[in-house]
Amino acid sequence: MSRIKRLYNWFEMRLQLEGPVKDAALHPVPRNTASWWYVFGSAATTLLMLQIVTGILLGLVYVASGSEAWKTLDELNHQLYLGWFLRAMHGWGSNFMVAVVLVHMAQVFTFGAYKFPRELTWILGVFMLLMTLGMAFTGQVLRFDQDAYWGLGIGASIMSRVPVIGGALVDLLLGGPIIGGATLSRFFALHVFVIPGTLLLFTAVHIWMVLKLGINDWPMPGRVVRRNTYLQEYHELSHKDGVPFVPDALWKDLFFSAAILAAVAVCAFVFGPYGPGGQPDPTIIQTAPKPDFFFLWLYAVLSYLPPSLETPFVLIAPVIGICILLALPLVAGEGEKSWHRRPVAILVLVTVAVSWGIFTHLATFTPWSPIMDAWSGDPVPPKLIHDASPLVRQGAVVFQAKQCRNCHAVGGSGGMRGPALDTVAVRLTEDQLIRQVLQGGGNMPAYGKNLSPPEVTALVRFLETLKPDGQPPAIDATHQEQKAQNAAPQQ
Amino acid sequence: MSEEKPLTRRWLLLAVGAAFNGIVGVALAVPVVGYLLSPIRKKSAYSQWISLGSLSQFPEGQTRLADFVNPFKKPQDGETAKTPCWVRRLSADKFQVFAINCAHLGCPVRWFPQSELFMCPCHGGVYYANGDRASGPPERGLFTYDYKLVSGELHINAGQMPTLADQAKLVTIDGKGKSPCLG
Repeated sequence: MSRIKRLYNWFEMRLQLEGPVKDAALHPVPRNTASWWYVFGSAATTLLMLQIVTGILLGLVYVASGSEAWKTLDELNHQLYLGWFLRAMHGWGSNFMVAVVLVHMAQVFTFGAYKFPRELTWILGVFMLLMTLGMAFTGQVLRFDQDAYWGLGIGASIMSRVPVIGGALVDLLLGGPIIGGATLSRFFALHVFVIPGTLLLFTAVHIWMVLKLGINDWPMPGRVVRRNTYLQEYHELSHKDGVPFVPDALWKDLFFSAAILAAVAVCAFVFGPYGPGGQPDPTIIQTAPKPDFFFLWLYAVLSYLPPSLETPFVLIAPVIGICILLALPLVAGEGEKSWHRRPVAILVLVTVAVSWGIFTHLATFTPWSPIMDAWSGDPVPPKLIHDASPLVRQGAVVFQAKQCRNCHAVGGSGGMRGPALDTVAVRLTEDQLIRQVLQGGGNMPAYGKNLSPPEVTALVRFLETLKPDGQPPAIDATHQEQKAQNAAPQQ
Repeated sequence: MSEEKPLTRRWLLLAVGAAFNGIVGVALAVPVVGYLLSPIRKKSAYSQWISLGSLSQFPEGQTRLADFVNPFKKPQDGETAKTPCWVRRLSADKFQVFAINCAHLGCPVRWFPQSELFMCPCHGGVYYANGDRASGPPERGLFTYDYKLVSGELHINAGQMPTLADQAKLVTIDGKGKSPCLG
């Protein structure tokens, strides 16, 4: 017997792992589940391992203190060998993990895998999704920069809207009266101990159930899941027309996991680490905080909701959403698995995915935010005032100086909070322009107290020139009629 | 339940042992709940009078950025112990001190003296010079700090991040009618 074999036997006699491992590896799975569609769960697990390893490596240097955290991130980025790369791997690993987990969930949903007997696997998975998002959010806080600081402010402001106990929740979230060292410490504990510990435990149980219950069979239209017959049917499927999990299915998992790891590394290498952005100094207020990619949709939703709906929506919608996800396998535990026979389910999935994409896209250019330096940074296009009278030019000066530009684009630059004004003279008459400027409304502040009458006149003269060539300006129809009537008797 | 097992001495000891663990566990865990909840305090416990400095920094009729160090500062707070605020001096002894945090979701509002508006970079909340809501998603005006004048200095009562939970109740917004022309 070779030396290696003897060593193996020495350990095996004491550990006795060969039996269970062989059982797990060689258990038969239905032939068509050895598919490229079934690789996302294992890829998510691989990414979790990557996050743990890179997280530990960063933990060797990172100091979770409000006064030190930013400096240690800076040191990682600029002074330690490969520090920047490990931060980039951890950051991009997080992006990939959220993405792969969501794709895994969409796939499992589309394939009806949450139905009997895998209800608990799905429910556990919902909690794992929440924990993955929790890791992404707490991780953003540990990157203790301006965005993290003000992001915590947004979190606290949302918490404060909870009736009765809102104030207590804010105190608990912040760990004290303000966003500070205590806040970072508790997010560190969540990010490094509480959530990953639970997530690992849940992952183990999740995989245990996949092994024990078998991988979900490929859905076929007409093959209906029934509680009293399914187990028998699945047993036949996997044993009569089955293949061993190793190597028939696992090789695809391995290829995909390696590809994902390579993709993370390429992204990390090419795009580098995330931040840190500006130092977390609250007195630097020249900042426009923005959440990380996976919370952009929430950022968009929060700015589009009417104010009166905001608090109920923010507090109730997530609860309802999570309850629906948790209840799904209990309500729809039987029936068709095939997407050909589940049009509503597929429509819901597509609607959610498209809405998510649109909101995320909107949040990448935030049309609802004023551009705070447009008034001083984006000049009025010269062609607009090239042949203009002095009064019109003065109006353009007022337009810039009073920060109108922060919300209104002209010539393609400026804020998008309000409508672009390139054709405003076609839409609004002089009287309407004056009224809008002085009284505001329609989400515009009133400038009545702030503008002198000559300023209003100049501004409105300028606005009246903003129309495409060859188009008539807006006219007040009643006014014209009156004019015609007044003019008529004289003729 | 299946047929009852006879209660042997060993099973009884096991039950007592489990109960003993339970009692010790509860006795240890309950005070820890207090430890976890210890950040929750009344607003008064988290605020204190702090000086923003000499009155001469704040010219009459103007709104200026000021900052103060949180009275409950800890060494690990670093720069985050500093808090900015907007000071508007109306007359010799009349002030308004606004929190930096937008009443919508807490982002830092900026003052534009030319248009006399506070604008929030996050979701476009806008406030007038007196802190009233002008437009955008906020449901109320800017949060204000109480102030007093002490021997030529401006003092404010601060210490806690202002949020909807520890400030005045929500106010309903009147006259938010839409202009018919802006669609």
